[in-house]
Parts: sequence; structure tokens; C-alpha cells
Amino acid sequence: MQSKMKESDPILEVENLSASTDNLPILKGVTLTVYPGEIHAIMGRNGCGKSTLSKIIAGHPSYTITNGDIKYLGENINSLEPEERSQSGIFLGFQYPIEIPGVSNLEFLRVSTNARRKFLKKEELDIFDFEELVKEKLEIVKMDQAFLTRSVNQGFSGGEKKRNEILQMALLEPKIAILDETDSGLDIDALRIVASGIKRISNAQTGIILITHYQRLLDEIKPNYVHVMSDGQIIKTGESDLALELEKKGYEWTDNFIKET
Amino acid sequence: MGNENLVQDVVKEPYKYGFVTDIETEKIAKGLNEDIIRLISQKKEEPKYLLDFRLKAFKKWQKMEEPDWAGLGYKKIDYQDIIYYSAPKQKEKISSLDEVDPKLLETFDKLGIPLTEQKKLTNVAVDAVFDSVSIATTFREELAEHGVIFCSISEAVKNHADLIEKYLGTVVPASDNYFAALNSAVFSDGSFVYIPKGVACPMDLSSYFRINSGDSGQFERTLIIAEESSSVSYLEGCTAPMFDTNTLHAAVVELIALDDASIKYSTVQNWYAGDEEGVGGIFNFVTKRGKCLGKRSKISWSQVETGSAITWKYPSCLLLGEESVGEFYSVALTNNLQQADTGTKMIHIGPKTKSTIVSKGISAGNSKNSYRGLVKMGTKATGSRNYSQCDSMLIGDQASANTFPYIKSQQPNSEIEHEASTCRISEDQLFYLQSRGIEFEEAVSMMVSGFCRDVFNQLPMEFAAEADKLLALKLEGSVG
Repeated sequence: MQSKMKESDPILEVENLSASTDNLPILKGVTLTVYPGEIHAIMGRNGCGKSTLSKIIAGHPSYTITNGDIKYLGENINSLEPEERSQSGIFLGFQYPIEIPGVSNLEFLRVSTNARRKFLKKEELDIFDFEELVKEKLEIVKMDQAFLTRSVNQGFSGGEKKRNEILQMALLEPKIAILDETDSGLDIDALRIVASGIKRISNAQTGIILITHYQRLLDEIKPNYVHVMSDGQIIKTGESDLALELEKKGYEWTDNFIKET
Repeated sequence: MGNENLVQDVVKEPYKYGFVTDIETEKIAKGLNEDIIRLISQKKEEPKYLLDFRLKAFKKWQKMEEPDWAGLGYKKIDYQDIIYYSAPKQKEKISSLDEVDPKLLETFDKLGIPLTEQKKLTNVAVDAVFDSVSIATTFREELAEHGVIFCSISEAVKNHADLIEKYLGTVVPASDNYFAALNSAVFSDGSFVYIPKGVACPMDLSSYFRINSGDSGQFERTLIIAEESSSVSYLEGCTAPMFDTNTLHAAVVELIALDDASIKYSTVQNWYAGDEEGVGGIFNFVTKRGKCLGKRSKISWSQVETGSAITWKYPSCLLLGEESVGEFYSVALTNNLQQADTGTKMIHIGPKTKSTIVSKGISAGNSKNSYRGLVKMGTKATGSRNYSQCDSMLIGDQASANTFPYIKSQQPNSEIEHEASTCRISEDQLFYLQSRGIEFEEAVSMMVSGFCRDVFNQLPMEFAAEADKLLALKLEGSVG
């Protein structure tokens, strides 16, 4: 995709990926490569396949890969279970985080964190050590400890749910994070908290894919690349100024690209 | 979707207690008539009052009709085709555990209920019932030091006749219902507990019921009396071998709590449920009722119902004493073709009485799981309150869940609150947990135990772990 020489191996390679759900094609040949330290933004109209792409990378069972490959750290992961992908360091921040009644957030976070730690051959944390760790990470997203004793996402406001996602990202320390509209439904203050959280968690070894409709998140986290998706394909790739141009001209402007391709 | 099937697979856990103990048994002839009842009574060397109690109950039973209001689907039971007394052959008088047939001890060992002195559970006294008779009761001397009586009901009939005569059949009269009448006529054994005034029972008491023969019914009877300001926590567990015939289990449990007394009665029921096609399994038709006779007395039922082809039971509380409290916490899990119709009756008679009902039904496969409950406020129940919460969880799209709450109030100055909900384990919830590294099976069992949390919190500590394990067993596919 990019012509620049890269010093290290890519984290994620999506190669000519096509996928469908209930025999309905959603992705029609997506190619995307993410190297360590890179931030990619994917923009596009509702229904263009952005969320689907993120779910397929995370292993959602409702979608079938009809063509192409997803490679993570050089290995094909097409047939891995979602939990195996997560344990190995792929993180999906949900657009609509799911409520799980009766399951305490603290226990959920601990089981999840330990699943990742086990994969990394790190010692699993007991409840006391985990509480120490989680307190530290709560600070990143400015969440109150009270969130830990509640059921997973249950009764959380939109902003609280998104912060809980970033808390999970902080605990799991993924190699690649795909954040699906993490900015939607956030007010300006919450957006800043979330954005600064993402920046603190990411580093030169991690890759980030931001799926968004809006420039405002990209003002906070400057992407290296911006991709525009339409009808299951990436129709244009540029640098961060592409997002600004898109904001100015609207998605109608991108309709011309489709004709070009 | 693919995951739906996976969830189905996960709940298809084979039954682990399905073995049969090969032991010589003494069985009487099949069938039910006055002579059979006399024979049972004679075998148990019962006093005349008890034989009269049985015969009266039998006469009533003969005039009664088998109820069908629960809408449960099963082939009519042939009551003449059942053996009403079956006991492992052993020495006439057993003075110590060493004389118990090692095969029986081994059976209970295998069930995780070791009885021998060296291995017995350290903090729970156990009464082990095998088919129609009680095999052994542990910690009797230790309990006796506190004045606590814990023995089989057959022994109590002989040694504590005054208490039996005073209380037996006072909470569940023989004429109460069809199966209670049957039980009253033919009951063979069960547990008896007496906690004297002011005594907090120093350890949990437990009865373990094991059905071993395929053609005999089990009709046990439990009576617990808690005198003034006493308290006890009691648990029963149940398992049975796998037979392709249905076995009838019709038990009666009576609890009596006097002033300021408290009884906590917990059940983990795991009778054989039948196979995937619904062949075999136990018919669990049970009458359980507690009488809060005294002021500020409290009776709390907790149950985890996972087994039986059909479960039909409503552990209930009669709240007579002023400010008495009744509680019912229930988890009922059904799978394949199991049917469960369970709930409670909270009958508020005295003033300022309180009751709480928390029911969690989980239905998987093609099973039917219903909550049926009655909350009644009598004319004198001023200032009484009830809170009910009935939640259902559906796994797959073939199972059904129903809630039938009946409310009758003759007392305007009382409060009744009822909440109900139904949910389904959704693919999105499972994917969410999986995408956080949590294995599929663990995700299902996390959600199920999360759903049951309010009830598990009520179980005695040791048993909460057991219940969690039992549900996990039922829910995990790969348990070795």
C-alpha cells in the first residue's frame, strides 16, 4: 500500500479481503497494512463496511470471509477464535459496548486481563494485585472506582461505556487496537479524556486504527494515514490532510473516486 | 447462527452421577394397598399412631385425583407398578459406621459425601439416605452435646415420639394434595432435626438423598423444628442413576419455626434428568412448606434445581407470627426435554410479616421452565410486605419460559411488589466477552452465574461453591 520503506515488520496486513453476512457481500476487496507506531483513520458513510471490517478483524462469527487474508504479526488469523485474537493482542473498541447483567465489571476485567497475561506467559493476577493494577489504569480514563462494582456496562452512560472500553485497552495492552467510533456520543471533555487515554496507551510498538466520521477525534490524535471507504472498499488513501479535505467537501466529493476506480 | 448451536452443545453435559450400586436389596412386592402400608409400618417397627396416620392418609389419597393444572406433559403414572419399600440388605442393628456395607460407603464417597470418620466433611453433619432408608448420620454425639437432634425420621418415630406426634403433618396435612397424601401413606425415611431453645446449631446439617433402584419410588419425609431463639442451616442434595424408566420421588418437607427462630433450608437437586430424547429421569413431585409460627421467626428457602425429568415443587411459607419473615431464592435450570414448574407460596397471615421471592429460571434445549407463585395477604396481615422478582433466561430458540404470579390481597394496608424480566444470551454478548479473551464456555457460564448471583449469594458458603460447580458442569462441554 504505502511505498515508504519500513524498518520493521507490519503488525496487521489485510489483503484483498472480501466478506459477507447471510450471503450479502459487505467487504469487497479491502487491503490495509499497519506498521508499529502507526495511526490509521478509516472514514466513510454509514454502511460502507467500516464497522464490519473491524468486527471481522476481531473474529465476529456472523461474517464469512469469502476471499483474502488477515495476517497478524505475519500469521494468517482467518480461522482463529475471537478470544485467541484478543489474547494474542488484537483489541476491538466497540461502537456500542455490550451490557452484561450480573457480571461484575471488576471480575470481567480481571478474567480478561488474565487471559491476555496467560498468553504472554506472565503471572495471572489475584484479586488484590489486580485491584492495584486497575486503580492505576482507571486514572488514565478518569473513571471512578465505583464503576468496578457495577455490572459490565449496565446502566453506564454512552461516555462511560466508551471510557470503559479504553480502560480495557489499557489493561490488555494490545499490539493493535481498532477503535470503532469511540468518539461518537462523547462531549468535548469526554472526547479529550478518551483521546489522551489512547495516546498514553499507544507507543512506538503499537498500531491503531481509528474508525470515525468526524475530524474532531483526529484533531486530538493525528493519524499518519487516512483511508476513505465506500461500498466495502478503500477508495482513497492519503495523509492527515485528507480528513480535513473530506470534512470540507463532504462524502459526496468521494463519490467521484468510485467512478475513477 | 453458528454460536446458537455452540451454546446448545455447551449445555449438553453428560450426567456424572448415573452409576448404579450393585447391592443386594430387600424389596417388597410392587403395588399399593392397605396391606403394603401395614407391611412398611411393620418393617419399620412403628407405633400404632403412625400406622393410623398412614392409613388415614391412604384413604384420603384414594379419593383424590391426580392434579393436572400445571400442564406438565407426562404419561400417566401407574401407582400399582411401583415398589414402595426398597432397602439395602444389611445387619439388623448397626452400632457404628464400620458395620455399614462398604459398597454403600463407597457410593457416597463417589458422590462426594464421604461418611467414614477419617474422611467425613469437617463442618457439616450428614444424614445419608439410600433408597428407602437412612444409612448413617455423622456427628451425632457432637450435636447431642448441644441438645440438637439430627437423625433419620424412622429413629425419631421411635425415640422422640412426643415431637413426632406433636408436629408431623401439622404443616403439610395428609390431605394437602395428591402427592402429599401419597407420601403420608408410604413415606419410608428422611431426616429429623430438632434444635432446642436458644441454640444456634454449631454446624450445618445436610441430608443426601440417593435413589439407586429403578423400579422403586422414593418417598422421604423431613421434619425440622426450631424452638424459640434457635437457628439452623440445612442442606439437601439429591442424585440418582440413569434408568430409561421414570422414577417417582414424592417427598414432604415440614419446617416449624417458633419465636425468634430461624431456619435456612437449601437444596441442590440433581436427580437424573432423562436423556436427550426425554427418556427416563426422575419425576420430582415435592411438597415443601414452612410454618413461621413464632413472632419474628424466619424461614428461608434456597434451591438450585438442575435435575429431574419433571420438577414440580413450591417451597412455601405460612407467615403466622407477627413480624415473621419468609424468603424464597431459586435457580431452576432446564435442558433438553426437562420440565420445571416451580415457585413458592407466601401466605401472610400475621401482621407486619415480610416475604421476598427471587426466582431465576434458565431454559435451554426444548425444555419448559415455569415460575408459579402465590402471594396472599390475609385480613389480619396489616403492614405486611412482599417483594417478588422473577427473571428468565433463554438459551437457544426452542426453550420456553413462563411466569405465573398469583396475587391475592384481603388487606388494603399491605404492599406487594412484583418484577419480572426475560432475557436471552445474545450472540453480541458472547462475542463481546470472547473479544476480551474469554473462552466461549467460560463466557456462557459467567453470564449464567451472573444471572443467578442474587440466589447464589443466599446459599451457605460451602454450597454456593457446589452450586456454581454444578451449573458449570451442566454448562460446560469439556469437563473431564
